[in-house]
Amino acid sequence: MRLITLIVLLLLAPLALADRFQLVLEVPRMHVAEYHAPYLAFWVESPDHSTIVPLGLWYDGRDKWLKDLRQWWRRTGRSQQAPYDGLTGATRAPGLHELDFSDVKALQALPTGHYALVVEAAREVGGREVVRIPFDWPPQSIQKHSANGSQELGAMQLTLTPDQP
Amino acid sequence: MMMPTLKKAGLLALLLAVALPAQAHKRWLLPSNTVLSQPQWITVDASVSNDIFFPERPFPLKGLTATGPDGKPAEVDNTLEGHRRSVFDVNLTQAGTYRLAIAGQFFFASYQLGGERKRARGRSVKEIRAAIPKGATQVKLSETVSRMETFVTVGAPNRTALKPTGQGLELDPITHPNDLYTGEQARWRLLVDGKPAAGVQVEVVPAGTRYRDQQNDWQLTSDANGVVTIDWHAAGRYFVEASTADDNASAFGATERRLQYLTTVEVLPL
Repeated sequence: MRLITLIVLLLLAPLALADRFQLVLEVPRMHVAEYHAPYLAFWVESPDHSTIVPLGLWYDGRDKWLKDLRQWWRRTGRSQQAPYDGLTGATRAPGLHELDFSDVKALQALPTGHYALVVEAAREVGGREVVRIPFDWPPQSIQKHSANGSQELGAMQLTLTPDQP
Repeated sequence: MMMPTLKKAGLLALLLAVALPAQAHKRWLLPSNTVLSQPQWITVDASVSNDIFFPERPFPLKGLTATGPDGKPAEVDNTLEGHRRSVFDVNLTQAGTYRLAIAGQFFFASYQLGGERKRARGRSVKEIRAAIPKGATQVKLSETVSRMETFVTVGAPNRTALKPTGQGLELDPITHPNDLYTGEQARWRLLVDGKPAAGVQVEVVPAGTRYRDQQNDWQLTSDANGVVTIDWHAAGRYFVEASTADDNASAFGATERRLQYLTTVEVLPL
């Protein structure tokens, strides 16, 4: 019995230790002659940019075009080298995507305060767009924040869940 | 009644042309890229024109230096002096900031010969002395120290290549020249022979003069600490020219030293 309790506790441990930081994001479908899936970058910044927490990057592995994610490049990308910080992976097809950044250590270590999640998209032979979603960290209760891109980004919902709801 | 007035006007124009040789055209370097996320070759145009940035006459590449982020010379290839512009490629192999500069000294002489006022120019005292014919009187020598440069950064900007040489009019960029964004200001300190220079005139011209009726340029003057604060109006490329003069000519017999600093920078949208 004790052993089972211990195993259950151990399984729950990673969940119980962290506030959850989850994003649902839409990569819009484009009706264009030449389509390339957009590069996307995610990070958290304080209002004065003194704190930057890189959360993730979607790209095709070619560093040459990362500068086109202009804000991400300036705020954090240019001072990094591959592999880039956060949940870095390949570009994604149009549609809804669920992301969970809860395991990013620097996010969990953020001091109490007001921040913004920044999502930047840049598409080859297409446009660029930056969307900011302000939030308070850590969450005291379940928080849902929505935002909408207008060109390169679609609907977004950020859900923050405290570790002890 | 018209003739004497016209003659006077013509004479005045001639005098102005003689007095202000530096005002004639704008000299510029135009790099293909300023912010890069991978080492690669870039190409640079060097030209002289009134229209920013449309080439009119090639700028000589003599005196070109390319300095890498480690302070060492960078590889330059395909130097070409064409009919309207000069071109060179630079191999950016490492992360950091590269400085591409054409710096030099020029000497100007004016003299009286056979009842006429004549002018000559040369790149050294020896050259200018040789250019002045025997029998010339009322010889006036002036020296121009000029630096034209631009910057390109791979990855994060660094400052090794930006170190001032301590000679002539230079930039001590408090705000890095490859870290310029709309909605932000750039603070630059101007130096003469390595020391902060107050009262230096700075002209800023946004690119694309061909497509508008006015220059849309603006003038700034460096403050007591030699600093100018530039408020970029929009994203794009800018021609920046600073100039001043003093009597610290290096050449024997030269009375005035003109100091020029020219740079091209790119301002990105945020």
